[in-house]
Amino acid sequence: MINNSHQDSVFHISHLFLLFLFIMVAGYLVATIFLYQKGKRWPIIRCCLWLLGWACIGSTFVGPIADQALHHFLFHMIGHILIGMLAPLLLVLARPMTLLFNILPVKYARRLTTVLKSWPFKVLSDPTVTAVLNIGGLVVLYKTELFSLMHDHFILASLIHLHMFLAGFAFTFSILCMDPTAHKRSFTYRAIVLILAIAAHGLLSKYMYAHPPLGVSQKEAELGAMLMYYGGDVIDLGLVYFLCQEWYRVRGRRLEIHKKTSYYLKG
Amino acid sequence: MRLYFNIVIYFLGGSNLNRNRNIWAGVFFGIGFVAFIDETVFHQLLHWHHFYDQSTTDIGLISDGLFHAFSWFATVMGLFMFADLRRKGQFSIKRWWGGSLIGSGSFQLYDGTIQHKLMKIHQIRYVDSVIVYDVVWNAIALILLILGIFLVYHSKEQEKLNRGKMTHDQ
Repeated sequence: MINNSHQDSVFHISHLFLLFLFIMVAGYLVATIFLYQKGKRWPIIRCCLWLLGWACIGSTFVGPIADQALHHFLFHMIGHILIGMLAPLLLVLARPMTLLFNILPVKYARRLTTVLKSWPFKVLSDPTVTAVLNIGGLVVLYKTELFSLMHDHFILASLIHLHMFLAGFAFTFSILCMDPTAHKRSFTYRAIVLILAIAAHGLLSKYMYAHPPLGVSQKEAELGAMLMYYGGDVIDLGLVYFLCQEWYRVRGRRLEIHKKTSYYLKG
Repeated sequence: MRLYFNIVIYFLGGSNLNRNRNIWAGVFFGIGFVAFIDETVFHQLLHWHHFYDQSTTDIGLISDGLFHAFSWFATVMGLFMFADLRRKGQFSIKRWWGGSLIGSGSFQLYDGTIQHKLMKIHQIRYVDSVIVYDVVWNAIALILLILGIFLVYHSKEQEKLNRGKMTHDQ
């Protein structure tokens, strides 16, 4: 009887979650159509990125990966890479804030800007803070009893996944700064924090290779750690690429201005 | 001391930023490229290096992690710097190659001496006569490094000569 009601509640939460996913995706698509009707262009690739990003998140909560994650460490790791690294990257690349500012009436857009300029967002867009939240969360999860507790409590597991995603998103956002933001830091600072974060992620996976988390066998931990190390590297390559691309574009713009204004180059 | 300071300034700073940017683009790419070769050939294809050797010191793990992360960044950044120089028409192939060889040689030397031997992150290959591998590894590193320094120095000498010519022509 008790078991049954527990099952019911789990079922219910995952339904609610799917509804939330649907609203996020549909909202973005509706906003894009709205923009097109206003005569503004919005790359279709961003819609695809947005869709893929939410699909990554969805697949870690419902479906085969979610079912296997409770029993196999390797699948848990796949979930971690999908929700904490790949999904945030895809969602940041879809530039949701830019879209939101494009469709909002000026009055509301200004109000939103005021909110975004406030100090909590300022703290949250500092790459150091987000890197500590991101990597620190992982360290706490894998080095304490939290990991074994997570398998027994559905709510706790959901909260951990939520933190993984939010911290991953904040980190990716603070590093790439794709959307217009009032709290953008210098390229060098962001690059250094990114390098340190990649190093910390690699270190944690090597540590797990030698010291498995509670309740995980040595062999499973080795496989999971290798996946975390190399899978993380692939996603980090994407982060590095987009960060450096921004540097390249900014310098290109400066070069254009220089060419236009410099008499010497014209002559 | 004065001489040493001058040499450092000679390589790092200088009047013309773009001259050194060519070298730096090369150094970044060189470090990244060597780390990439190390990872693909020695870790993945040959399986000579181990992912995690239990004898690794803590400082070795940290050093390896930092260099791995930096090399990943350096590959991409080096290529973007290369593209930037080409775009501006300030690319000098000799300096870039010099920088690449300096970067790859010094990283390989660091990996072969300090990381493999002092910090014991892993050995080149798990056989009895590992000393042979070590000597070959570090000799290659030294050759690359010396070749790189020679190229950079040579390109600077050449530039001085060219500069002289230009003033003479004017």
